[in-house]
Amino acid sequence: MADQISRRKFLSAAAAMSLLAGCESRPATHFLGLMQRWNERVEKAMFSPHRLAPELPPSATTPESAFPAYYISDSIPVTPANWTLKVGGLVRQPIILTLAKMQKMPRTDMRVQHHCVEGWSAVASWHGVRLSEVAKMVGVDPRVRFVEFKSFDSDYWSSWDLGSAMHPQTLLAYGFNNGPLYAEHGAPLRLYSAVKLGYKMVKYLTEINFLPNQTGGYWENQGYEWFAGV
Amino acid sequence: MYSNSISAPQKGKTDLVIARDSTIDEFAGRQQQPLLIRLCHWFNVMFLAVMAGSGLQILTAYPALGPRGEQYSWYPFQNVAPPSWLRIGGWLAGGRHWHFAIAWFFVTNGLIYLCNFFASGEWRRRLFRPRRDALNAVHQFVYYLGIRKSPPPEDFYNGLQRLSYSGVLLLGVLMVLSGLAIYKPVQLHLLTLVFGGYDGARVVHLVGLCLFGIFVLIHLVLVSSHPRALLAMITGGRSG
Repeated sequence: MADQISRRKFLSAAAAMSLLAGCESRPATHFLGLMQRWNERVEKAMFSPHRLAPELPPSATTPESAFPAYYISDSIPVTPANWTLKVGGLVRQPIILTLAKMQKMPRTDMRVQHHCVEGWSAVASWHGVRLSEVAKMVGVDPRVRFVEFKSFDSDYWSSWDLGSAMHPQTLLAYGFNNGPLYAEHGAPLRLYSAVKLGYKMVKYLTEINFLPNQTGGYWENQGYEWFAGV
Repeated sequence: MYSNSISAPQKGKTDLVIARDSTIDEFAGRQQQPLLIRLCHWFNVMFLAVMAGSGLQILTAYPALGPRGEQYSWYPFQNVAPPSWLRIGGWLAGGRHWHFAIAWFFVTNGLIYLCNFFASGEWRRRLFRPRRDALNAVHQFVYYLGIRKSPPPEDFYNGLQRLSYSGVLLLGVLMVLSGLAIYKPVQLHLLTLVFGGYDGARVVHLVGLCLFGIFVLIHLVLVSSHPRALLAMITGGRSG
């Protein structure tokens, strides 16, 4: 808990500093923006939709108490009554999913390494439905290039490239280490993927939209890179 | 003369004489530090400084080694953040932007240096070659320790210089590779595996930074006691 608070403090202080840095030197900001766009192109080129992250043995699992749990709200977000997941955007058949309905869909389990932008790694097993299964269900329009994820964690959100979203190791996870997903890890449903940094994996999901344009994200709009693949 | 003052076996001695003579012919009229090498050197000073400072800023977000729940017990600075005056970028995202931006310049500059290193033949007078340089490097080291009274003979560089300057090139390559392994542990997971996984690559990357730091410190101390070497890296120095 102390860890979470200190992280929030650190990151908000850091966000303020980035604004300062922006005022300090416009050429530097311009240069870094240019390089970031270049790096994003390289990251996209390096990403392979078929390359799988190695699955790890049970012995690699991080002790649950040592697996950090971050959220931006002041306390663990509480699931609203009658929670559902809205799936929409440019799709043939928008749907509203309940947890029970999701649990009847084809289930995928994976134990992979988690990479946080801060530099730490941890391992857990995650259980859920491939996002690509849900995409098949709703029928994604060919104009769609991005997927947006919204949450009930103080409007935390993110958006992804379609390729990473459709990766076989990108799940809508309702389970963690052979049990239900804990509240601090994003219950009732979170995005989990082996191919992105942690801040891209939106917890406490409420809404998924398949879109033709990119809609940023909570950390992304404060200066963290948008693609953030690993 | 190099060959006269080394008490090496007869055969080795002959090799040394040949190596030395061909070196003289090849580098006749060439400056000690040709323009391209000087440019690469000073650009590298800037790029390396930014890479180190932004790297330390990134480290600050999780100043620990080892995965969550299993931090390595041998690492003495677990959860100790590097001092703020050494960091560049102001915050984690800023540090990452600087690191991944300047990395391209650092690598490009290094590649230009290496291409020139081999294409121009400069490697012959700079690269550490054990048969030629190992004994000389040991003698130089013993001299620095104050045990040996006079330095061993040197031609262009002494053996210890060749060892450190070649070693630091290799270290640069290692830093780029371990950095890539941390940047894309899934897309480049075979490379990451070579370094013992993501957390292993972080260890290599941080130990590499420390080695860079030690190299730079020793380099500065020695250069300050040999001002002519510093001058040569600015003006090019005399032609051989």
